[in-house]
Amino acid sequence: MKRHIILILIENEAGALSYVSGLFSARAYNIESLTVAPTEDPSLSRMTIVTTCTDHVMEQISKQLNKLIDVVKLLALTNEPHIEREMRLIKIKFANMSQLKDIKFLTNIYSGNIIDVTSTTITIELISSGDRLDAFIESLAEYKIIEIARSGITGISCGETSLHI
Amino acid sequence: MKLSGAEILIRCLKDEGVEYLFGYPGGAVLNIYDALYRQDDIKHIMVRHEQAATHAADGYARATGKPGIVLVTSGPGVTNAVTGIATAYMDSIPMVVITGQVSSAMIGSDAFQEVDAIGITRPCVKHNFLIKDLSKLAETIKKAFYIATTGRPGPVVIDVPKDITNPDIKISYYYSDAIKIRSYKPAVNGHPAQIKVAVGMLLNSSRPMIYTGGGVILGNASEELRKFVYKLGYPITSTLMGLGAFPASNNQFLGMLGMHGNYEANMAMHECDVLIAIGARFDDRITGELIYFCPYAKIIHIDIDPSSISKNVTVDIPIVGDVSVVLKEMNQALDLSVRRPQNNVLKEWWITIDGWRSQKCMSYDKQGNSIKPQAVIELLHHITVGNAYVTSDVGQHQMWTAQYYGFDKPNRWINSGGLGTMGFGLPAAMGVQLAYPDETVVCVTGEGSIQMCIQELSTCLQYGLPIKVITLNNHYLGMVRQWQEFFYGNRYSHSYMKSLPDFVKLTESYGHVGMHITDLSDLEPMMEKAFAMKNRLVFMDIVTEQTENVYPMISNGKGHNKMYMSPHCKLSKSWDDR
Repeated sequence: MKRHIILILIENEAGALSYVSGLFSARAYNIESLTVAPTEDPSLSRMTIVTTCTDHVMEQISKQLNKLIDVVKLLALTNEPHIEREMRLIKIKFANMSQLKDIKFLTNIYSGNIIDVTSTTITIELISSGDRLDAFIESLAEYKIIEIARSGITGISCGETSLHI
Repeated sequence: MKLSGAEILIRCLKDEGVEYLFGYPGGAVLNIYDALYRQDDIKHIMVRHEQAATHAADGYARATGKPGIVLVTSGPGVTNAVTGIATAYMDSIPMVVITGQVSSAMIGSDAFQEVDAIGITRPCVKHNFLIKDLSKLAETIKKAFYIATTGRPGPVVIDVPKDITNPDIKISYYYSDAIKIRSYKPAVNGHPAQIKVAVGMLLNSSRPMIYTGGGVILGNASEELRKFVYKLGYPITSTLMGLGAFPASNNQFLGMLGMHGNYEANMAMHECDVLIAIGARFDDRITGELIYFCPYAKIIHIDIDPSSISKNVTVDIPIVGDVSVVLKEMNQALDLSVRRPQNNVLKEWWITIDGWRSQKCMSYDKQGNSIKPQAVIELLHHITVGNAYVTSDVGQHQMWTAQYYGFDKPNRWINSGGLGTMGFGLPAAMGVQLAYPDETVVCVTGEGSIQMCIQELSTCLQYGLPIKVITLNNHYLGMVRQWQEFFYGNRYSHSYMKSLPDFVKLTESYGHVGMHITDLSDLEPMMEKAFAMKNRLVFMDIVTEQTENVYPMISNGKGHNKMYMSPHCKLSKSWDDR
């Protein structure tokens, strides 16, 4: 079993997303995260799908996705040098000013941004790879995290390899 | 010229060369039915249940190679059609299904006869479209036909809200000749280097085997296949879906393979050293247990669908392309090659195969007065001179027809292989008979299956379809009974059919001819009589041996070389235990 990141360009049509999600559920493929948004060409959407599976299943996932009529292009990042990023918004409840200072200190270490503060809560934005994000959350163990919003992973290949039509 | 949406829809079908539209009217498609009423080009066949509309269109498509067209209303019209759409999807049959939908403004409001047709059909179509804009209607229909009929074919659904077909809103009509879809470019030619390697491997083989499937028929590649097989002189087997692509009467043909395949075909699969799979998808009913599949073989696989390759069985040489084109390329490569098949080595292979053949795995008990189902099919072949279009339902009768009819021509064996849909046979036969009014069309069925779409006898009367229905009536859901005998300790749970109708009276009430045949001595004269009635539908209710089983049979979890054999062939039934 291996973690795979799949990028696809898909027609920006109603129903295109359900073709992709339906494929994963119908064929019992695992799906860890899926992000989607229109591209600079509004007729296309770009999706990033993260899955964990064997190489054999990954081959089938690529082929089945390619078979969907709306999928224009697919790039699997498994064997490509690539960069992946996820954004998390983390809301923490603090008890006193000393806690707030400590949280701010940790946020600086991880290059996060404080995007909202109230008299009892602080909200931090952090964009990074999964490992670093998890490490940051762990470092906050002694504080009361009220809520975490995850964007899901998006990725891009390094160098001249690219996903375009 | 300005046309309404309903008129555009009908006009597009006409421009696509559509002959028959199989359908059933209802609220959401009334505008379309009104446009149909005001024209004569497209003949509408009104079925008695939407499932039958899809099966009839499917049968038409399988026999002609042209797409089958269906028109149904929203809600229950769509849900009833789903079984037929899924049947076509599993067997890659080109079909365009137009479904009515409630008006655009009502979608999502739980309106009367509203169902999410796009959502409900998504897993069983090649693609589907919801029409949101009248100006996109013609272009979408063009796309639907293109997608349904190219690459690996399949059904395409077009969901048309009622307001789109409003007779008062007209726009100018334009239908393009060709269409390009940037995200859809099916492969045609095989990779030349792969073809070269494959040909080399084939010529080097000492125990070669050719395994063909429905793709050869769908790809209209029967002729190229025959050239290929004759050139090589190798043994060939076929899946249920591929029967007829290569003539069953030819000595190189070892019969069908798989769960109910011939002994010699399955044994040759097990022992071969090079296997070439052509337009076949390594279905579980073909392969048996995967770990035992073709243990000594290098495998070449030609298929138009890349996702079929190495899905169930990892192959050594994949060739993606149109089967007909690739076979042509391979035939050319064979002609150019200085090497020839190794006839001296092959001779030994054929001796081994003939040894398996001599076991006569298709023998059955010909003694006694009861009618044996196998004998009915052999007689059917005799009476129709092997030239009939034969549809079937699903179960034992389907297997016996596949085993004993001996199809020599493609497109003549029409059955639901992938989904295994009971109720398919009679409506499919309607589609075939409409396509070929002068040909003999037979529906071989069972007393269980026929009752799943028997209402279509009414459609057959309305359109004067002289189908011959052969019901192998053993009062059991035979295949279920067989599994219960073999694997469930003879506990025949709900497989016995009580309270069957009087099929003769039933048929007569529909205005057709019914025959009840119980005596072996009556079988031939009655069947001759039935087939002599060229212009009548004749329903032959043939009471057969109740406990006859389909042999050979590979049981669950076994490989090709482990089969249950008929007690009447030379090998004992307990082959499985050896």
